Parts: sequence; structure tokens; C-alpha cells
Amino acid sequence: MKIVVCIKQVPDTTNIKIDPETGTLKRESAGTVMNPFDMYAVEEGLRIKEKMGGTVTVITMGPAMAKEMLKSTIGMGVDEAVLLSDRLLAGSDTWATSYALAKACEKAGYDIILFGKQAVDGDTAQVGPSTAQYLNIPSLTWVKKVREISDRDITVERMMEDGVDVVKSSLPVALTVVKEINEPRLESLKGKMRAKKYDPPIWTLADINGDPNMVGVKNSPTRVAKSWNAVREAGKAEMIDGPDAAAKADVLFSRLKGLGIIK
Amino acid sequence: MADTLNKDEYRGIWVFAEQRRGQFHNVTFELLGKARELAEPLKCEVSAVLVGNGIEAKAPELIAAGADRVYVVDNPKLEHFNDELYANVVADLAKQFKPEIILAGATAVGRAFLPRVSIQVNAGLTADCTAFELDMEQRNLLQIRPAFGGSLMAKIMTPERRPQMSTVRYKVFKAIPADASRKGEIVKPSIKADCFNARSEFLEFIQEVEATINIAEADVIVSGGRGMGSGDNFKLISDLARAIGGAVGASRAAVDSGWIKYSHQVGQTGKTVSPKLYIACGISGAVQHLAGMQSSDTIVAINKDPEAPIFGVAKYGIVGDLFQIVPALTERIKKG
Amino acid sequence: MNYFLSEEEEMIVETSRELALKKIKPVREHYDAEGIFPWDIVKEMSDAGLMGLYIPQEYGGMAPEGKRGIMSMVLCVEELSKICGGISLAMAASALGTFPMLIGGTDAQKKKYLPDIASGKKLAAFGLTEANAGSDAGSMRTTAVKKGDKYILNGTKQWITNGSMAETYTVFAMTDKSKGTRGCSCFIVEKGTPGFSFGKKENKMGIRASATTELIFQDCEVPAENLMGGKEGLGFIHAVGTLNMSRPGVASQALGIAAGALDEAVAYTRQREQFGTKISSFQAVQHMLANMAVEVEAARGLVYNVARMVDAGAADFAKESAMAKYYASEVAMRTTTNAVQIFGGYGYMKEYPVEKMMRDAKITQIYEGTSQIQLNEIAAKLIKESAKKK
Repeated sequence: MKIVVCIKQVPDTTNIKIDPETGTLKRESAGTVMNPFDMYAVEEGLRIKEKMGGTVTVITMGPAMAKEMLKSTIGMGVDEAVLLSDRLLAGSDTWATSYALAKACEKAGYDIILFGKQAVDGDTAQVGPSTAQYLNIPSLTWVKKVREISDRDITVERMMEDGVDVVKSSLPVALTVVKEINEPRLESLKGKMRAKKYDPPIWTLADINGDPNMVGVKNSPTRVAKSWNAVREAGKAEMIDGPDAAAKADVLFSRLKGLGIIK
Repeated sequence: MADTLNKDEYRGIWVFAEQRRGQFHNVTFELLGKARELAEPLKCEVSAVLVGNGIEAKAPELIAAGADRVYVVDNPKLEHFNDELYANVVADLAKQFKPEIILAGATAVGRAFLPRVSIQVNAGLTADCTAFELDMEQRNLLQIRPAFGGSLMAKIMTPERRPQMSTVRYKVFKAIPADASRKGEIVKPSIKADCFNARSEFLEFIQEVEATINIAEADVIVSGGRGMGSGDNFKLISDLARAIGGAVGASRAAVDSGWIKYSHQVGQTGKTVSPKLYIACGISGAVQHLAGMQSSDTIVAINKDPEAPIFGVAKYGIVGDLFQIVPALTERIKKG
Repeated sequence: MNYFLSEEEEMIVETSRELALKKIKPVREHYDAEGIFPWDIVKEMSDAGLMGLYIPQEYGGMAPEGKRGIMSMVLCVEELSKICGGISLAMAASALGTFPMLIGGTDAQKKKYLPDIASGKKLAAFGLTEANAGSDAGSMRTTAVKKGDKYILNGTKQWITNGSMAETYTVFAMTDKSKGTRGCSCFIVEKGTPGFSFGKKENKMGIRASATTELIFQDCEVPAENLMGGKEGLGFIHAVGTLNMSRPGVASQALGIAAGALDEAVAYTRQREQFGTKISSFQAVQHMLANMAVEVEAARGLVYNVARMVDAGAADFAKESAMAKYYASEVAMRTTTNAVQIFGGYGYMKEYPVEKMMRDAKITQIYEGTSQIQLNEIAAKLIKESAKKK
């Protein structure tokens, strides 16, 4: 079984600092990490491989510095980790990124393509289903459990707002996974040793037989007209004090009541 | 790729009328309300797209909520949500009727199938929008959305392609009061037969007990963090939540410690919420948490550390021992 | 201090540290409080490839080519013990139970048992101690009587780490009482062998995540092929060899506990304020920290060097391994006690980790030979060496 996992490198928001003056993110303070949701996708890919046999190939689209992240997936046990990198791809929106990833998946060969449910920088959740549409395969989003899998089909549980949809699909299929699906493994010692020596192959747009008119900022349907830091009214909290807990609770209660939040 | 496209052929605002088991998702009405507002300067009609099985009778509700027209696609194969079929049908309709704008809720359903539509109709899609503006000169919809978990705002447009498509966050826009006397047209267009070929099939729905505390939809959320110290102590949080009529939330630290299930997690790797009232207990306020709750109307922070960043986003703060303050607040609320 | 670890050793440290921080730290308090065996963490250690660090590659382990892998094991146990000295023991005790086989097992025995231990599929345990035979192994009462192609074991082993959790036990019994220590033999006993059962799980002061039980043998029939090395009377040699080899392991557990307590103490002093300033600015506190740091580093230097000495193939390292075990365990007790002192009242509370570290540290001065026995060993060797010079 050929398993492909598409992952993304994002700023590390767990270590990101807030500028106390402006209340905005100091993005330069953050390093980069694998998108947290993608860890679960890699793990699920490895688990499917353990059950079904085959290979796991990780693909990321981005600059050369994403190689370190790719190596960490080798440490976790994936077979190959590919960097899709080309100047022509720069500035692609989700529509164009999905096209490029779809072409890369075609080159790699696939029965199952896994994605994290969304990337924490863009928060769009669009690349998984869009890639599936380009490949004309089904997409099942928000997967929290793979119930059954065979060479021909897969049954999954999807986390919807009101409960769980159980859905069966033929292969090939694309899945986007949520955090609940598993507990990602750490890099093993053997994996780390392999990763040390591993040099991720780099695929260009030409390598994946991609059309330059489908990618890049120029060919992306959506444009960012403007972006700005969300202004938060920092440090304006009214601090409620009192001689004891009951007194403090009393003041808070009357404030909330005054706002009509508590009836 | 971008062949010159005659944008003037595209007119009208569409709202995808999301329903699950015959129940409309509230966001449908919110979007119809917003669509009416946008339709005024654009001088166009508002249509709802209703897809399902045996749902035609629901169409008048959409007219009452603001639709001038309802496209109904009623088919047994559409009984349950299916990404492929819903995408095929909406894409086919869009190709036939060429709307200028398509809006759907940024829900589990909307975010799952609309990306597929955007590929099929060669148009852009903007996720999880929270505000709209119009550039009347180019008739461009300026789609405003948070990124980076809400710390960065972006204004996005689709200058050369049509339709302009967005998924929209719920509880952001207001529905207009239902008016049963409103007039509208119900259309049942024909859909290409091959749109109904799917390779995935719905098997069953499992109602989750957890759904009763769906934090994404709650008006009040009481959340506990690392300061709770243990899973047992979350009882204090659920007691307060019950007294106040709210849901129980948690920070990643609490979930990772195994004190409470992931479905309660608020933050960048959990759920993004914007309730009327958010009470954070023993949560220091890491960026990853703030990203998921800072758009709440009123935030109350209870923490023993006066320097905790959570106070930076709070309207009211109490520095002290949550194990005393939370029960005291619960008691006070019970007293009324 | 820079110990010039090899690239491979750095990776062992990194892998172990990551596992300790991500997997063990969030649950250590829970396992300590409940006294439950951490099977999920053992699985993590196995998946990470840490269970076979000291087992030769030909038997599925990861010991570096031509070395015993003691340094690898020491680095891993130290990192795990910085976070939890109880959970790390699941791995260290498995090593202890495996050493007799590495030292004296036949190739067939090694081939049969080592791969599963190396992969973490099975844990091992070491069964030497009895109620009346601790360091005085000569007064062992468990017997093994040959009957056809079997040995019949009778007796009770006490305080066996990994007891009831392990699948593979290396058990010592007297095959010929008249020969004293030369009449002792070692057997491989598998869990589930008829006549082999476990006593109650001990309720311990520290290392509570570790399982400690009795091993009870009542007419337990063990196949003769499970006699270690295929020859009677080698048990005492296997036991002494094992303890010499395992002492750097206990020493690294003690070292880890001490280093973990030091980390906690330093961090706390930079956060805790009294009299309007951080307590890290008080000289009394600074000197305590400095003393702790010197001792921890000295212990580390000693432990690493002994481990490297063992790996390099030294024939006799009994004295050095006793020194490492003695010193590191004394440092662990002092450092954790001082860490509690620095935390003050908070340090005495279970909400803070140093309380547990102090309880965990104590055992390192006791098991696998008390500090006093280590001193005996060191002194005996000193005197012997001096006598030889003449």
C-alpha cells in the first residue's frame, strides 16, 4: 500500500512571545516546527503501514529549510521524505498549492493520502479536500478513527459538530485527521540514526510535471489585499479584589449581571 | 490558466443552506442576513442552495430568512452529507447559474466540501471569514479573516475569478427576523446524472454525549488549565459551568495531562470559540490558548499569578486561589 | 562539562530526554501516587529503541560494535531518571536481569531470549536476593535439584524488581549446598512455568512506579537447557559479574535523580521571591547550589568513566564500579535532600517534584549492595592491591 502524507512547516506558536506594548505576536521570536496536526497524519500513516504493509512517503512544499522537518519524519520511521521546492511555487494560495501537491502525489504514487486537519498558520483546512478534487478521489475530513482498512476500502469516523459520521470509501482516498486519532510516536534511536544520513530528495515543478500557469502568486485566485496584526486591548482588565474569595466572587457576579451576561 | 473571464456574467449571492437530518445549522440564517446586506449595494438577488433528501418543505424557511430564491436539489443520494456529491451538485449549479458570490458556514460540512467546489469551478476560496467589505468599482468581495489563530488579520480578494467563495464563521453575523410573508421562488434545477456518482458512502451517525457540551456553540464557557492540578478538580469547573448554564473548556496543558478529553480543548490545536462569556480558571494564557478564545465578548481570568498573560486579554481579573474563588462564584450564582 | 560524546551517544541522550520530557514527565506523579507499573511508557521506550542499548547487535540490540553498551545504557538511564527514577527502573532492572545471560549464557540461550528483550517485547528480572540472603549470597536457601532433563526449583526470592511484570527471569539457586558459593547455579525461568508464582507487590517508600514482588518456586520444573551456560556451579560467578556490570546502571539512576533535583532547585530559586528579591540572590542558597552542582558533576565524571572502562573490555572493574555506585547514590541522597531544603515548605509537599526525588534517591544507597557493602568492596580491593605490590 502506498501511503503519502502531506505536511507543512509552520512558525512554532508554543514558544511565540507577545509584544507587551502592542499585544501583537513577535513572530521573529518563534522557530519553525511541523504543523502540529500533521504529526498525527504522519503517525496514522505509519500505523496503516504497520497493518497493511507498504511505504510511507512524506511530501512538503516549501523552502530548503524544511529539510530538517522532513528528517524528523524519517526519525519517526517514514520511508521517504520529499521536498517540493521551486521558485515558481512561491506565493501559491490553497488552490494552487493543492494543484502542486496533487501533481507530487501522482509522481509518488498513492493509495491513501493523509493531511493534518489544517495548518495552524493559515487555518484554512482547504488543501486536503482540494488536493483530493484535483486527483478526483474522495476526501474524508476530520477523521478521528480508522475503523477498518483493506486493500480496497476504508471505514472511518469523522468528527462533525453534532457527533460522528461513519463513512466508508473506496481507495484511493484522501483523509484529513484530527488530534484525537492517535498519539504520535517520538523519533526512535534507529530512526534518528537514519535521519542523520538522510538527504531529502528535492522535486521541482518540472519534476512533478506541473504547469507553471497553475501555481505561484500570479496564478492564485485569491490575493491578500492587506494584512495586519489583530489589535487586542491589552492590559485593560479590571482587577477585582476583596477580603476573601466570597467577596471577590460577589463583585464579579454583580459585574457580569450588570453586563446582562448572567440573568 | 486564468483565461479572461467575463465577470459580468456572474450575478447574485448564494448561501449554502446547511442542514443535518432536516435541521438547519444556525449559520445558514446568519449568512442569509449578511447576504441581504451585501445584496443592497450590489443590487442583486440572494439565493439559498438547499441540498438533501425530502427537504423541499424546508425551503420556505429560507425565504422567510431572506432568500429571494431557493435552489432545491432533492435526491435520496443526498440524504446524508457526502463530500463528493455535495461538491458536485453545488459546482454543477454554479456552472449553470453563475453566481457572483457563494457563502457557506465554516462548519465541519462547509469546510469539507466547498474546497472541492472551488477546484471544480476554478475559483478561489477564503476560509473562515469573519467580516466582509465591498469594492464596488470591481465588484470585489473583500473577505476578512483571522489567521495564526486570530493574531493576524488578512483581507483577501479574488480579483479575476468568479464566483467569489467564502466559508464564514458562525455567530459572527446576525440573522434577520424570520418573515413568513416574504415572497420568493423555489427552483428545482436539473443536475447532471454523473454528479451523483460517489465512491464514499455514509454508514451511520453516532450522536456524541459530548455534543451536549459542544463548546464551539456555547454562549458561556468555563475553562480549566494547568492550575487545576488534577482531573478530579475539574468538578469545580463543571459545577460552575452547570450553575451558569455553560460548557466546560480546557487548555492544552489540561488535556495533555489527561485530566479531560480533547473535545473540550480550546486553542490553536483545539477549538476556536467566541462565546459571550469565557471564564479562564488556572490558565496562564499561552498564545496557543489565547488564539482560540480571545474573540470572546467578555473574558474573566482567575489565576494565582498576577503576571499571567491571560489577564492581558481579560475584562475582569481575579488574582487568587481558584480552589476558593471558583466554588465561591458557583455558590454566588446559585443564590442568584 | 563536555564529555565528548560520540554522535551516536548524543542521539541516545536526545532520544531519552525527549521521551522523558514528553512522555514521562506528565505522568510521573500519577504513577508514583498510584504505584502502578508504567506499561505505556515501557512501550514508548521499546518503540524508541532504548531497551536493547546494552545487547549486542547480533541478538537484536544496539550495543556499539565491539562494546558492551554500558555507556549507552548509562546515558539513557541518567536522562530518564532526571525525570523519574522509578519509571527508568523498568529498563534498568531488565538490564540487570539480562546481564547473567550476556555474561554466561550459551549462544542458543542468547538467541532464544535476547531478541525479545532487546526489542522491549519482554522484560527481564534478576532473582538473587532472599529474605536471609542479601549481600550474603552464600546463605541462599533456594534449591534446584536435577531430575531427568529438568531441575526442580524450591524457595522464595524477595524484593525482585520487575517481579510479575517481566517474562524472563534469571534465578539463582543452590544445585549443591555442600560446595557453598560454588554450588550455586543460575536458571532462566519463564513466567507461566508451573510452580512459579509471585508474592504480593511491595508498598515502597520510593521508586513506586516500579514493581517489586517475591518470586515463589514450589516444585517448579525448569528444563535443564535453561541452566545458564549449561554448567552447574557457575551461578556465583554470574551473579558477581552481573552486579559489577550493573552498578554503573544504578549509579546512573542515582546520578539522574540528583541532576533532576539540581535542575528543579536552580529553576525554583530563580522564581521564588522572599524579602523582595529572588532567593537565587542569597549567598547561602547560591553556595548550596554550587555544592550540589560540583557533586553531581563529580559523580557524572566517575560514572561515565567507569562505563567507558567496562565498554573498553576491562577485565576487572569491581572496585571502580563500586566507587561509582557508592558515590553517585550518596550524592543523590544529599542533592535531593538539599533540593527539598531549597524549596522549603513547598519541597515537603507532594505537589512539587523534589519530594518524590528524595524518596526515590534513598533506594540507590540500598539495593544492589548498600553503600556500606560498596565501601567493603572498595576497601578489600585496596588492601589486596597494596598487598600485591610487595
